[in-house]
Amino acid sequence: MSANASVVATELSKAFKATRALADVSFSVERGELFGFIGPDGSGKTTLFRILTTLLVPDAGEAFVDGLHVVRDYRELRKRIGYMPGRFSLYQDLTVAENLSFFASVFGTTVEENYDLIRDIYVQIEPFRDRKAGKLSGGMKQKLALSCALIHRPTVLLLDEPTTGVDAVSRREFWDMLLRLKSAGISILVSTPYMDEARLCDRVGLIQNGTLMQVDTPANIENSFDRPLFGITAQDRYRLLTTLRGYPFANSVYAFGESVHYTDRRNEVEPSMLVDFLQKSGLTDVAVRPIGAGVEDAFMALMDE
Amino acid sequence: MRTLLFILQKEFLQIFRNRAMLPIIFVMPVVQLIILGNAATFEIKQIEMSVVDRDNSLSSRQLIDKMEASGYFAMSSYSVDGRDTGEELLTGEADMQLVIPKHFERDLRTVEPATIQLIFDAQDGATAGVANSYASTIISDISRHVAIDRVHLAAESEVSRRIAVIPANWYNPNLNYQTYMVPGILVILVTMIGTFLSAMNVVREKEIGTIEQLNVTPLKRYQFIVGKLLPLLIIALAELAFGLVIARVLFDVPILGSLSLIFALATVYLLVMLGFGLWISTFTHTQQQAMFLAWFFMVVFILMSGLFTPIESMPEWAQRVTLANPVAYFIKIMRRVMLKGAGFGAVSVEFWALTVYATLILSLAVKQYRKVSA
Repeated sequence: MSANASVVATELSKAFKATRALADVSFSVERGELFGFIGPDGSGKTTLFRILTTLLVPDAGEAFVDGLHVVRDYRELRKRIGYMPGRFSLYQDLTVAENLSFFASVFGTTVEENYDLIRDIYVQIEPFRDRKAGKLSGGMKQKLALSCALIHRPTVLLLDEPTTGVDAVSRREFWDMLLRLKSAGISILVSTPYMDEARLCDRVGLIQNGTLMQVDTPANIENSFDRPLFGITAQDRYRLLTTLRGYPFANSVYAFGESVHYTDRRNEVEPSMLVDFLQKSGLTDVAVRPIGAGVEDAFMALMDE
Repeated sequence: MRTLLFILQKEFLQIFRNRAMLPIIFVMPVVQLIILGNAATFEIKQIEMSVVDRDNSLSSRQLIDKMEASGYFAMSSYSVDGRDTGEELLTGEADMQLVIPKHFERDLRTVEPATIQLIFDAQDGATAGVANSYASTIISDISRHVAIDRVHLAAESEVSRRIAVIPANWYNPNLNYQTYMVPGILVILVTMIGTFLSAMNVVREKEIGTIEQLNVTPLKRYQFIVGKLLPLLIIALAELAFGLVIARVLFDVPILGSLSLIFALATVYLLVMLGFGLWISTFTHTQQQAMFLAWFFMVVFILMSGLFTPIESMPEWAQRVTLANPVAYFIKIMRRVMLKGAGFGAVSVEFWALTVYATLILSLAVKQYRKVSA
């Protein structure tokens, strides 16, 4: 790995009794990179983050964060990482300002000293500085948690599903902030169940059942999807879905918002062939368009393999 | 050091901000002290007595009058021909039944032994025992009086040979139960606050997930633990001070020993109980679990502390078990220092026992706490 690596993991494994949480996970994250982990619930994302943040000791393998070993150098490492657990973990009975200055003091610093780093984020919640953290909205809670995770100027930021349960506008704002932090030179590891957020990462790791299946840029992941993909809509979406699933040539059928994403087993497929079949099956308002694959399509295809 | 101050500040902020907990911490113990201090007593008054007086003579009425005049017994029913089946005991109308047979007076005046029957509701063995001893005292008073009358008639010289016993009750001359009970109740209240608060305080951080955020900071273990325990120690000591004022002013309990000795020993004792709470919090995950576990230990500790029943009258094995009961040590210390004015020398054994206990439980708790954060 290059000397410029911010996080290096080598064959990390962890099991909880009989449950395998991580199996031989290896990857590296460059300094100043925004790296995303995508995977369903229970795929091992949180376990991975807990190992990297020194909260959990791996059964096998090792990991270095900012050049420090996560088990041996945990004391030094804790000064350099910023961590936002998936669950809101600030003091709900302390105010916004109290939370921030408490975490600053725990890291032996002050809010003033590092204010420039969090200013963009903190100004948005500053009007509520005397409000208790527990009384904030979901989006504001995330901003406060991010401020607290940044207050000691970490070199690596680890965010475990930071936008879960946050409204769309706040999610958008949150990612804008992450992009700004990235340009300030902070390496960011973020896990998310949202595929649209994956597109904003420099690179994405697809994780399932504790195994890292693919690591690449979002564009490459999308390009790796080599089958023709169709977006299909019809009047009765549910019937459309069941009809397509019953189609003998169907390869994959997934509901994606308004439309159904479909791939075929045959190599040469024309949209008209599908329209034909669907209309014969009694569906109305059928529309079939060839579309480009997204990260999620690639992910679903990988999961099926 | 600076970090520690910030943690202390944060802890106090959280404790004093908790609108529901604050009254529980400060008002409840005071109310309990006042209620228990007045109610927890072994003195038994108003024993409801049903009387079946088949003799209906001067002597039998004299006996009944004497019992009523003692202030301990109140006649709930009287009959000259009632049945002695103890029905009133079953319904709870009476706590005891006094049956005076026919020829009671006659037997008293002759050499025949005069018999009466006392039936007790002995569901509560202690109360029945006390009632029995009160009644026996009064009855023997009468029969001796009668007997003495007889002796007067027969042989006068015997009277002068009787030995008079003059009891002296040291440390509590009026045999006041409050004097004895209040220091013990004070210990219980301080104990409960210390143990429950420390057990719940740390578990709360787990329950709401803040411990996760704290664990990734460079915060040292000792800073976290001192930061957690010190505010609770201060609160518990403040409560003890408050309780002592109430004991002195409201219950007139003497505080003969030195106050600084009381507080110094209380600090050692509270380290044990706070450590105990911390230990419980290391292997529980919710405040509910911590609360139930703390209660389990607390009930055993309190019932075996010698607060209500003297340790000396417990079975041998139970006495040995109380050697591991910190509450028992501190109750002994408080009673001795407050009521007897004992100096350090008189409680040094208890002091060392508590010191060893504090060292053990705190080391155990701290060791366990690391496992959680690793």
